[in-house]
Amino acid sequence: MAKRTPIDAGLFAGSLDVPRLRGSRCRSCGETTFPAQKGCPACTAQGCEEVALGTRGLLWTWTIQHFPPPHPYAGDADNFEPFPVGYVELPDGLRVEARLLGCDAASLEIGMEMELVLEPFARDEDGHEVVTFAFQPVSS
Amino acid sequence: MKISILGTGLQPFGRHDGVTPIEMGVVAAHAALDDAGLGWNDIQLAFAGSLEVLQPDTMIQHMGLTGIPFTTLYNGCATGGNLLLSAANAITAGAGDIAIAVGMDKHPRGAFSVGDTLESIGLGQWYGETGLALNPQYFAMKTKRYMHDYGISETCLDLTAVKAFENGSRTDHAWRRKAIPQDEIARSAMVCDPLRKFHFCSPSEGAAAVVLCRSDVARRYATRPVELRADVFRTRSYGSFETLSPSMPVKSAPSPSVQASRAAFEMAGIGPDEIQVAQVQDTEVGHEIMHLAECGFCKDGEQEGLIRDGETKIDGRIPVNTDGGLLANGEPIGASGLRQVHEVRRQLLGRGGRNQVPGNPRTGLTHVYGFPGVSCVTVLSV
Ligand SMILES: [Zn+2]
Repeated sequence: MAKRTPIDAGLFAGSLDVPRLRGSRCRSCGETTFPAQKGCPACTAQGCEEVALGTRGLLWTWTIQHFPPPHPYAGDADNFEPFPVGYVELPDGLRVEARLLGCDAASLEIGMEMELVLEPFARDEDGHEVVTFAFQPVSS
Repeated sequence: MKISILGTGLQPFGRHDGVTPIEMGVVAAHAALDDAGLGWNDIQLAFAGSLEVLQPDTMIQHMGLTGIPFTTLYNGCATGGNLLLSAANAITAGAGDIAIAVGMDKHPRGAFSVGDTLESIGLGQWYGETGLALNPQYFAMKTKRYMHDYGISETCLDLTAVKAFENGSRTDHAWRRKAIPQDEIARSAMVCDPLRKFHFCSPSEGAAAVVLCRSDVARRYATRPVELRADVFRTRSYGSFETLSPSMPVKSAPSPSVQASRAAFEMAGIGPDEIQVAQVQDTEVGHEIMHLAECGFCKDGEQEGLIRDGETKIDGRIPVNTDGGLLANGEPIGASGLRQVHEVRRQLLGRGGRNQVPGNPRTGLTHVYGFPGVSCVTVLSV
């Protein structure tokens, strides 16, 4: 199997074999932010600690992207297919924006349970698969 | 110190092939000066803003090299509001008596690009590469959740667009002057669910300028100065839902538009029920609907009845975006907030023509909102 490369290594905590998003938690107020950052946007404290975010949550809102995104979109704009996007509310006290897989306008519903997955997104110059994070409905 | 507006002017928004944004800024500045009955020699302080023009202050070469301080700033879609505020603050600080604020822009056709690198707007490149760095997605997702929470219908979205193009058809300087039937809007192509083509404004070209001064000297220059009762700029609090956000907290907070409008009403000493004409940021219809509540004109969810009953039309209880707003004029980002001031002043002076709000309105509001969670609100009165 070809090597997988994350679109940005800073987005993930640990190995891609068990994908987790890498966020940051404030040592003062406990608020969590994604992607990870040093300063806390909630209380101004500096020196947040890194945390691996939960992998399941509820869909808070969604849309369908119907036109090819402009530069610097790295997906296949020539063979563009509309794709869903949403915010998923995680148990960590934040909602993460992501591409959504395995669903469409007919099946998407606010409040449905979603889980984190990797999405093969493009290939880099060495032919390695480039992956990003996405959420898909939890199969019943 | 009190501040009065002596004149406003536009390079009408639209498409102006072969005209540079600086040239448009010069046209708007001269229109505002003519309206005020002043010359460039009378201006003691200048402020200009633009997304596409790196140094809009270079327009001074064409206005006249009088040596005045000329400040530039950029705050996304809130640029126009902050230009006026900064000019007013400089006058209040005693830097001069008469100032001009000029906004100008000339955007390429199509959706706004976030630029070559997302670093320049504080985001990782991955966010654009994976197709998430798009304002329309945010507009759609905030609208979708709001419709879910407060029972706003797709018909309410369509009627808001009908009203915008109807107002545009009554405004001689509007870009889109053709009314569009409701069914054509409802059938237009989906852009980002639930928002369709005719629910959105387009990037455009144009400029707007405002001449302002200390109120105690205003009578020397104008028979009917319009008073700037309040001008407030706010950035987001932790917990508000903003455009281009890879994540947002579950903990919620009022939007910058709520914060700015509340503070503006407090400063003006009046309530939203006393506003007789309003221009609010209508990048798309969902945000006009939500901004009605965020600016205090109704409670969340009341828009459904308010808009169905035509209360935001020119002859309604609270006429909104009387010149067709962004939908009918497009959005040259640097100029947009000052176009709103131009339109409210026209209304307060009874110069509205075919889109004049009836009943001699005396109090108006302008509101802009943009990335990264910024809002400016002004209250104007005669
Ligand atoms: Zn904190």
